[in-house]
Amino acid sequence: MPQDELQSGDLSHRFDYAAAFTAGLLDPDRAPPDAVSGPNGKAAVKRYAVYRNNVTVSLIDALTASFPATLRITGPDFFRAMARFHVRETPPTSPLLFEYGRDFPDFIERYDYARPMPWLADVARLERAWLDAYHAADAEPLASAALASIPPERLADTVFVPHPATRATRSRFPVVTIFAANRRNGPVGRIEADRPEDALVTRPGLEVFVRHLPPGGAAFLDRLMAGEPLGAAAGAALAERAEFDLAANIAGLLQASAFTAAHQGG
Amino acid sequence: MSTISTVSAAFLAGAVATALASFAAAAPLSEAEAKAAMDAGKEKCFGVALKGQNDCAAGPGTTCQGTSTVDYQGNAWKFVDGGTCTTMDLPGDRKGSLTALSRDVPS
Repeated sequence: MPQDELQSGDLSHRFDYAAAFTAGLLDPDRAPPDAVSGPNGKAAVKRYAVYRNNVTVSLIDALTASFPATLRITGPDFFRAMARFHVRETPPTSPLLFEYGRDFPDFIERYDYARPMPWLADVARLERAWLDAYHAADAEPLASAALASIPPERLADTVFVPHPATRATRSRFPVVTIFAANRRNGPVGRIEADRPEDALVTRPGLEVFVRHLPPGGAAFLDRLMAGEPLGAAAGAALAERAEFDLAANIAGLLQASAFTAAHQGG
Repeated sequence: MSTISTVSAAFLAGAVATALASFAAAAPLSEAEAKAAMDAGKEKCFGVALKGQNDCAAGPGTTCQGTSTVDYQGNAWKFVDGGTCTTMDLPGDRKGSLTALSRDVPS
């Protein structure tokens, strides 16, 4: 048999083995794959179950590490039960554990037992945004001098380049307050649940920052991040919230290092 | 333009000018600037900032300028001149600290 044929045959055999091995990893009702056996050719039901348990627990542990505020709000028992359902339903697609859990906030929103905490999914979304910002590429933030150098008549057409770490999340609930109160170990006081809060997540250096966005700020930032020019984004934000303060929002976004560059259009 | 703009060029120019002016006044603390402030004889002093006036608060993931919610919050810090932190007398017999304090943490 020629050498290359042997190798490709060998490789496809390995893929078949992996596919058969992983098929039952997230389903306790399935028998272990035929290719797995114990000593003297005995069935490896317990051995495979140990492996299956380790896979599930490691993914639940990954979720507890990525969503610490959500964990603190629900308590470990509730969280781990909820996480187990999610793990069984949504296996990882990346070998990087910090990538796991991108669908977890949406799952929480659908999870029956979490219905009494309608803000929980949004808190998880903010935690996911925090983690994405943490792992985003480094970039030098936009210097205020660069914006100052753009002639006034060109400002309306100016387009901003978002920093790789910049994220905005919107919520009908005070998620920034809930997030901040539960990402540390201090006591949590009364939080008025009906106050909407939009969040801005940035990472100008090595540290992730979470801020409130003022009224209209999320609409403004969403449009700028989508590549809309400054004039259109400001107009849209004003249309959404009449009290939108353009100067304060621009200052806030600059200060938070939300952008890396500003290009005058035309 | 994809949206009808209701914003005049003059309004935009004014807003950007105001933003840049306020930005210069409330200079951001980048990591380099934080280091520069330390090098210039400033030190992190916990528990001395009025609410919303902290340079940075403590706690993983939640840190940012201007987020402290009570006066003299114990786990929020402000840059002060080196050596002056622990000698600061504050209302109610409080003192500043070079490490995070457990007092006046919002509950």
